[in-house]
Amino acid sequence: MELLLILVLGLMYAAGVYLILRRSMIKLLLGIMMMGNGTNILIFVMGSITRGAPPVINSNHNIFQDIYADPIPQALILTAIVISFALSAFAIVLLKRAYALLQKDDLDDLNTPEEEDI
Amino acid sequence: MIDNHILAAIFVHLITAILQLIAWRKTITQRYLSVGGTFLALIVAIRLFEKVYAEGTLTLNASNWEAPFGIVFVADLLAVTLVLLTSLAGFAVSIFSTTGLSRQRMMYGYFPIFHFLLMGLIGAFLTGDIFNLYVWFEVIIISSFVLMTLGGRKAQLEGAIKYMALNILASMFFLTGIGILYGITGSLNMADLALKIQTVKNQNLIGITSIFFILGFGIKSAVFPLYYWLPSSYHTPPSAVAATFGGLLTKVGIYAMLRVFSLIFIPDEFTKQLLLVIAVLTILTGSLGALVKTNVRRLFSYLIVCHIGFMMGGLAMFTKIALMGTIFYLIHDIMVKTNMFLIAGVIRQLRGSMDMSKLGGIYGEYPKISLLIAIVLFSLVGIPPLSGFWPKIFLFQEAFGQGQYVFVGALIIGSLVTLYVIAHMWSEVFWKNAPEQSLLENKFAPMPLFKKILLILPVAILAGASLYIGLYAEGIVQVADRISNDLIDTTPYIEAVLGPKR
Repeated sequence: MELLLILVLGLMYAAGVYLILRRSMIKLLLGIMMMGNGTNILIFVMGSITRGAPPVINSNHNIFQDIYADPIPQALILTAIVISFALSAFAIVLLKRAYALLQKDDLDDLNTPEEEDI
Repeated sequence: MIDNHILAAIFVHLITAILQLIAWRKTITQRYLSVGGTFLALIVAIRLFEKVYAEGTLTLNASNWEAPFGIVFVADLLAVTLVLLTSLAGFAVSIFSTTGLSRQRMMYGYFPIFHFLLMGLIGAFLTGDIFNLYVWFEVIIISSFVLMTLGGRKAQLEGAIKYMALNILASMFFLTGIGILYGITGSLNMADLALKIQTVKNQNLIGITSIFFILGFGIKSAVFPLYYWLPSSYHTPPSAVAATFGGLLTKVGIYAMLRVFSLIFIPDEFTKQLLLVIAVLTILTGSLGALVKTNVRRLFSYLIVCHIGFMMGGLAMFTKIALMGTIFYLIHDIMVKTNMFLIAGVIRQLRGSMDMSKLGGIYGEYPKISLLIAIVLFSLVGIPPLSGFWPKIFLFQEAFGQGQYVFVGALIIGSLVTLYVIAHMWSEVFWKNAPEQSLLENKFAPMPLFKKILLILPVAILAGASLYIGLYAEGIVQVADRISNDLIDTTPYIEAVLGPKR
């Protein structure tokens, strides 16, 4: 299971980097999102996947007795997913606005000469 | 010592922003709230600084979870100094925004987002948990995206795309680093990490993990191979926004580097060499870029990059005196860089342009304002009694002491180019006669006196702060001395967080 996840996250990072290096803005966005998801899987794998009990201590014990599943990576991933959702939503709207103004999907065209405004 | 006052500044900004959201589109109410909120935050920050300066590091466990398990907020001297400077800069920018910004931008929520940005900055300085630091960074970048695009001009959107892509990428590197670090040590608390990382057997793995942090914070603080987003985006938003960005955002990157590399990854020879090479190249590329720019704000953007190199160099040498130089430069830089972009805004109000070929004759027309601006420019260049001069002494001294002559050379070139560029700008913008075709509008002259004061007062406040830093250098050196002691010997920080028994 871990090996599979490691392969998947490696693939996602590789695909993300490849897409970011393209000139299209949409591919840039997809690449960023893909790398973000790769990072989430990375945190998940780094928290070492165990088929343990839920991290709840019985009332008659003071410490964990068995192997238990680490809840922190899941909390981290949850936070990271929420944040990357907000960032992606903003990025999509920004790219849509930019496309409406420029009518182009090429990062090399983002160099309009200076215009003056406050 | 546990103290609840640490979070007061964060809550002041949070509540101000929420009240402003309630007063949506009532721009006059929002202006009063903003100036009042930033002033209150400034007072809170001063009190926090006094308390920490007198009593030492304060901590706060969120929801009373014990230190290595819950999120902990740590107010050590470095953090509260930066909170104080951020609050002062925020107060000045807030006053400037009341008149220096178009009404449409205020209508679409400039002020609430500005306060969320300041809240994120203060949170990032105060947190003692590395994942929490990531979350505050996200608060900062989401707010800064909105501020950068607010207004929606073509140039702004183009700058924002570059800014957005690279900053999201930086967060991703940072998060990857956190994930690996958690996998190795099983902890997220920075003080706990400092202890656990020494017990890890495979120290090379730690070295590789630190590269992720160099990359992530490097993009945020705009160092050599990663700075390209900065000069291509900072000249697009309104001057008030650019002032917040230029003065504070890159400095958070430097702060995070100082924190992480003093506490978690103690720099070894390789990291030191790497950081020093980065610092030298940052100074050189930044100063060479500044030489050829004719737009005032583009020029300032490159100067930001150039001076980030000075601070990186101090961090790279990682001795007490070098760190004192870095801290002092950080203190000086926040005040001056914020002020520079406010000055760019004032110039724009006076002449309707920021292109040096279209500017001129401001000294003849407004001698008093020009003299005020001259103080700031002299501070930036580092004319002896003023604030830019003192940190360079420490940096030069330590670079000579360690025999890092390449860095000495870069420091000299960087300082000379700054001098040349600022002198050139002074003669072009202030001394040169105004060009013939004066079609450019002067928005400043017809303003009522009150509005004029609101535009000039923030520049005067920050110039006063720069003067204070320069003339009362003894006190600032003492603060920098104590901070650099804390950075070299982190035991007080760790004991403050985890309790003295270890």
